[in-house]
Order: sequence, then structure tokens, then C-alpha cells
Amino acid sequence: MNADHPMYGIAAEPGVRKPDPVLVANALQRSFGGLTAVDVKHLEIQRHTVTSLIGPNGAGKTTLFNLLTGFDTPDFGEWHLNGGALVGIAAFQVARRGMVRTFQLTRSLARLTVMENMLVAAKDNKGEDLWGALTGGWRATEDANEVRANELLERFGLDHMSDEFAGGLSGGQRKLLEMARALMMEPEVVMLDEPMAGVNPALTQSLLQHITGLRDAGKTVIFVEHDMDVVQEISDWVVVMAEGRVIAEGPPEVIAKNRAVIDAYLGEHHGEAAS
Amino acid sequence: MDWGSVFIDGILATIGPVTAAYAISAIGLNLQFGYAGLLNFGHVAFMLVGAYGMAITVDFGGPLWLGVIVGVIVAAFLGFLLGLPTLRLRADYLAITTIAAAEVIRLVARSSWAEPLTNGVFGIQGFADSFFSINPFPPAELYGIGSLVVTGRKLWVMIVGWTIAALLTLLIRRLINSPWGRVLKAIREDEDATTSLGKNVFAYKLQALMIGGAIGGIAGMLLAIEQQNVTPDAYLPQVTFILYVIVILGGAGTILGPIVGAVVFQFLFFTIDALMVNTQANIDWVGDLLTPAAAGQVKLVLVGIGMMVLMVFRPQGILGSREEALIDER
Repeated sequence: MNADHPMYGIAAEPGVRKPDPVLVANALQRSFGGLTAVDVKHLEIQRHTVTSLIGPNGAGKTTLFNLLTGFDTPDFGEWHLNGGALVGIAAFQVARRGMVRTFQLTRSLARLTVMENMLVAAKDNKGEDLWGALTGGWRATEDANEVRANELLERFGLDHMSDEFAGGLSGGQRKLLEMARALMMEPEVVMLDEPMAGVNPALTQSLLQHITGLRDAGKTVIFVEHDMDVVQEISDWVVVMAEGRVIAEGPPEVIAKNRAVIDAYLGEHHGEAAS
Repeated sequence: MDWGSVFIDGILATIGPVTAAYAISAIGLNLQFGYAGLLNFGHVAFMLVGAYGMAITVDFGGPLWLGVIVGVIVAAFLGFLLGLPTLRLRADYLAITTIAAAEVIRLVARSSWAEPLTNGVFGIQGFADSFFSINPFPPAELYGIGSLVVTGRKLWVMIVGWTIAALLTLLIRRLINSPWGRVLKAIREDEDATTSLGKNVFAYKLQALMIGGAIGGIAGMLLAIEQQNVTPDAYLPQVTFILYVIVILGGAGTILGPIVGAVVFQFLFFTIDALMVNTQANIDWVGDLLTPAAAGQVKLVLVGIGMMVLMVFRPQGILGSREEALIDER
């Protein structure tokens, strides 16, 4: 890691402080019955980085995503986005504050066209409240949004499909659409839940490029992933979860050699695959 | 066998005020079910509270225009009451709540306990005199061509009814083609995804339920005005299911679907009705086979078969797009 890397000199230990965290979580706990799904003591996410969240199935990664984005409510704990507390804030408001998520199973709005999928994500359209819809005067906003949507669709290679129903897209195209749609909200933090799941290798490469592209465009990306090799390639920082807790965090090359991680998650299998 | 009178009867019923009222009610249901994906199985309750809201207001000495405003408000308020506890939950909770609430409301309206207000099973009559007093057509005179005629009284209700249906269609078109309508359709497709895009899904669903409910209330008032009568047993659960047939037949989630659905449904229903009565009376072997009462039952069977055939060949309804209907929801 070079000295100019944003994560240079940060100790690779769970709960370590970061110089400029965009997201901070404290004592976050969520249990389902007797099972503690998430028990995170302290976690900071550095601004303008790609942070990947890895861990075996059932480690609590998606539950943590749900908690942070307001889709689920923790039993205890608090968390901040840019210093603003998010406790008790509804999911849609979390999204408006600039933290946007995608889902493990893609959620394209099937019977809306690709363009409508994009436009519905735009913020601050006064035609979206009842009074504005009745009185009109939202056309200019809509036209501006459409220009922006076209730029994004072009970037994701979907511009030729803008009038197709989203339900008619292939699985990979839906992944791209979901990412483009999230960007339509001009978020600060993008949280991608297993963006690479069920995607062919060629598209994986293109998704990875888009993810690093997001960081280079000044966004913070947090994404859940299983495949350590994928994580190695693009992450600035890796957070490892197991049984609801953060068991390790650090730069990818350090994590790959971490004994606890290899034992808890990667096992012997990975040693063979990586060599 | 008089084919002319069969079609005349069918057409008269199709263009009549009852069809207009069904079309209006279906416009409200289409907003909720076709666009927002809300399973409101108690739409008849909105018609009931609208009609009773108006009738009771007039009964207590209020003017009819005030009754109409009260009817719209109580119907919208019913949507608010039903939506508040259920719209944050899974879709089936609204379905169960609305179907139960509709029956509870009807039973309360017909109970002796509510008699001071609703006059129980006898209902309220004669509240729409001021509506008919501004009728520009002499009420007993006949209007039309040949044997296709309606009285001036009926013509007046028809014109008002279809005008309201047209205005509401324009209103819905404006709403649906706006960004507001797009959010509604997004919610129908996937609530969580729409939430993740920063939309207050609950608020939109509540608005759709209330607006659709208010429109249902308007339909209830029109029916009540045309009959100068509200009785609780006119608001049985099957009215809601006829409205679903109309919405799906016309094409759920289309602007003109409710009107087309109501017209086609009423035409089929009353033409087959007239056909059965006619053949039963005029064709000997049919008369031997069917009693007049049985002919009424066969009519319902034929209407049912007609609906099934239509759904087999056009599952998206008359106006729906086939491409849209074939998209599987993933």
C-alpha cells in the first residue's frame, strides 16, 4: 500500500478509528429469537473508499445492511451518517440523506420501462406529491432528470433499452439498471448487497469497473461479497464478519493472510484456490 | 323471439346511470388495485359510507350539496382509517381488513342500534329532491330514437353520471401520467425497492386508498340519487367482486379500463338477461326446459362463461397491453 493511499497507516484491527469516517456504528445489536444476527461493537467506514464486507453465509452481513439503511430496527445501538444520527429514521429518509442500497435479489420495477425506473429514483421532483401532480409545473425537472438518466444509462450500456420494460431485461442488465438507478439519487454512500451474485465472469469485470468508477467519482461504496479474489482486486478496505461480529478488518492483502479470517471463513479451501 | 328488444334492453341498461356509477366506482378501485397494487376487497363499503353520508346529512336537514361533500369526506376518511393500521403490513392484511370492515359497516348500518341515524333495514329515501328539481328535462317526457328511449328523469341522472365519470377519468389520467403516478406504479411493482429510492411508500398507499375510496363514495352517492333510496342490503360483498370483474375485464392499470369494463360487463349481463327472458317466454322447448327463475340462474352461468373465455384469450383485459401482462414478477 502506497503512502498516498487513503487507508495508509491504519491498523488492521476490528473497530479501528478512521481519519474521515462517513458512517459510524456503535454497539449495534439485532437478534432474532435466541440468535444474535448482528453484534457490532464499533465500525467506521472511511469516506471515498471501496469497503467490502465479507463473511460466511449467516454472518449477518445483509442484516447489518438492513439495520444501517433503516430496513430493519436494531435492538440496541446507534449509527451516524456524516455525524447525523440515523436511529429511528425511516428507510426512505435514510435513502434521501444520501445512503442508497441495492438488494441481493435484483429489484427491477418490472412493469416500468428502464427510463421510468431511472426517473422514479430522482430526488426532489415536485410532481411526486399529490398537489404538484395536479397543478403541474414539474416538466422542467423531469426533462433535466431525463438528460441525467440518459447519461447514466449510456455509462452502463443500457441506453438502447430505455423504452423496454425492465422486466424484459436479462439478469445482468437488471443488476446494471439497479446500480444506475441508485446513482440517479446522487447518493453519497452506495451499499451494494452481493452485486456479483449470479453474474457471468464478463459482466463481473464490468461491474467491478463500475464500482471503482463510483469511488473515483467521489462516492463511498460498501459492498457485500463472498469471493475473496474479487474483493482483493478492488477493495481499499475489507471488513470480515462471522456470527454477527466483526472479527477482522484491514487492507485486502492483510486480510487474505489473517489467520482468524482463514480459520473462520475461508478455510483450507481458499488456500488451494488462491495458489 | 324479438331480437330487437333484446338488444334495446341491453343497450338501455348499458348507457344507464347504474353503469355510470359502476364505472365511477371501478375508476376508484382501479387507482387502488390497478396502479398502486392495493388489494381492497371492501370497495363497496366506500360506496355505502358515501351514500349514507349524503343521505343522513340531508335527512338531518342539510342541503344536498353539503351531503355530497360529507359523503366524499367520510369515504376518504374510511380509507384513512382502514389504511392507517394495515398499509405498513403485508398486502394481505389490507385485503382481510377491508373485506371484514365492509361487512361490519353494512351490518352496523342495518342494525336497530343505528336506526336513529340510518333507519335500519328500511334505509333512507327521498333525499335527492333538490337534484331532480334542477333537472332541465321534463321528467316524464321520453328522449331517444325509435324504441331506444329514456325518461327525462333518467336522462338527467345519466348525463350527470357520465360527466362525472369523464371528469374523474381525466383526473386519474393527470395523476397517473405525473411523477406521482409513476411512484404509485413503482410501489405496485416492488415496495422495498421503491422505499430504497427514498419514497414514502406508506404515504403514497394511503393517498391512493383515500382517493380511490372517495371516488367509490361518489359512485355510491350517484346510485343512491338515481334510486332516491339507500338501504344497507344494496351494498353486499358481491358488488366489490363485480367491480373487480369490471376492472380486470377493462384492463387493470389502464386509464379507460374501468369505463370500457363497466360498459362491456353491463351490456353482456343485461343482453344475456333479456335474451334468457325472451327465449324462455317465446321459444317453446326453452320454456319447457326452464322456469323463469331457472332462466335467471342460467344467465349468471353464461355471464361467468363469457368472462372466463375473455380471460383465457385476453388475460390483460380489453385495454391492457399483452407485453405487460406477460412480464413475470421477479
